[in-house]
Amino acid sequence: MTAPLIEVRGLRFRYEDGAEALRGVDFHLEAGETVALLGPNGSGKTTFVLHLNGLLSGEGSVTVCGLPVEGRNLAAVRRKIGLVFQDAESQLFMPTVLEDVAFGPLNAGASPEEAARRAHAALDTVGMAAAAGKAPYHLSAGEKKRVAIAGILAMDPEILVLDEPTTFLDPPGQRALAGLLEGLPQAKILVTHDVPFARALATRAVFFEQGRIAAEGGVAELARRFQWELPVKEQAERRCGG
Amino acid sequence: MHHVILERWSRGRSPLHRRDPRFKAVALLVFLVVVATAGQRLPLVAAVWFLLLCGTAVAARLPLAAAAARAGIVLSFTAVFAGISWLAGDPARALSLILKSYLSAFAVLLLVSTTPMSGLLHGLERLGAPRFLLMVAQFLYRYLFVISEKAQHMHRAALSRGFGGSRRRSGRMEAAAGAVATLFAKSYGRAEGIHRAMLARGFNGQFQPLEPLRAGAADWAFGAAAVLAPIAVRVAIERGA
Repeated sequence: MTAPLIEVRGLRFRYEDGAEALRGVDFHLEAGETVALLGPNGSGKTTFVLHLNGLLSGEGSVTVCGLPVEGRNLAAVRRKIGLVFQDAESQLFMPTVLEDVAFGPLNAGASPEEAARRAHAALDTVGMAAAAGKAPYHLSAGEKKRVAIAGILAMDPEILVLDEPTTFLDPPGQRALAGLLEGLPQAKILVTHDVPFARALATRAVFFEQGRIAAEGGVAELARRFQWELPVKEQAERRCGG
Repeated sequence: MHHVILERWSRGRSPLHRRDPRFKAVALLVFLVVVATAGQRLPLVAAVWFLLLCGTAVAARLPLAAAAARAGIVLSFTAVFAGISWLAGDPARALSLILKSYLSAFAVLLLVSTTPMSGLLHGLERLGAPRFLLMVAQFLYRYLFVISEKAQHMHRAALSRGFGGSRRRSGRMEAAAGAVATLFAKSYGRAEGIHRAMLARGFNGQFQPLEPLRAGAADWAFGAAAVLAPIAVRVAIERGA
């Protein structure tokens, strides 16, 4: 049996203001899996994923591709796990799209020529090759999201973590993103409130509640159990403006 | 927005755009010193310098009238001091302030209009400018647009809730101060988000350039011409006085 790509044991974390965000989380991700993290706002989902590449550090153990997530391994861990943030605006900080996508490979020690080649290839994968010379603020929300994903793909990670990937995207944009992610070979973790999106992509889901994993199972099963989708009648009323 | 236009100009293709940013930065610095210390026959010297700058703008394929007009924005600041000097009975000083500030602004505009910001900052770093200062400049340049957009959203939100109607002036100031504080807090939050995103992609405290700088014969020739031309103009006209 192969070791899981991510293994988390007894993870606890408290913010400086005293708020306890994680209260003993156990989690694992196997190769080829796509896992949806569901749960209410403030339940600890984003805090949890920030531990996976060492941006936050709590009690307990986190292992990525066999490497404990700790100081001496952080550079290697951050090459293996690509984190796409909720707000792509924060992720696109370089003057041009190409420079932004090449940022990760350059930090990983790639030569400028190799970094440019990987950046062009990643932009091609997400269908944004034509935007290479543009400034990020000229892009739409959906385009920014695609470029943010390209910035991660250019680092050739083994795992993709996407925090609220459908935020700011219209339904066609969400569909396009789902199609794009479906075609990527990496194991994925999706932090999302969007149940249809999770159902379309995830092989498994976990439900966060008050800093703990309250349940694991299929997306549809958990959505039903925790009443995580609007009832059909209510959805219809919303569409009609009722 | 102003800096969006400069950004577009800086991505142009002309011999001047292709020159190494280090040579352009040094030429600008020399020009600013030569302008700042000029005294004798300033109007004539300034006129020739202006023609030189116009020629540079044309060579860089920039829209000359638009570039010259944009450089004039600096006059809204210096005109105040020039006006004070004029009223104090020193019209020569007033004219000097106007001419020098305008020419300096035009020269700076030519530099930023022919050099993408990343290349310019990289060039300045190679010239020994403090890296921390350059990083601040890069982020300010990138996020000024985002922050100003956020400020506009907040302003619209305030207007839609009746801000600016019958409220007293002190009340309006209080609300504006609150908005500035909120904007600061949001900018701080944004900075934290950016820092995390940088760390997540392996940032180790130093920006690696995608296009390393390589100075060639054309850069040296340009540098020599750009440094010597304004000095030669000034010396020739002042000696002819």
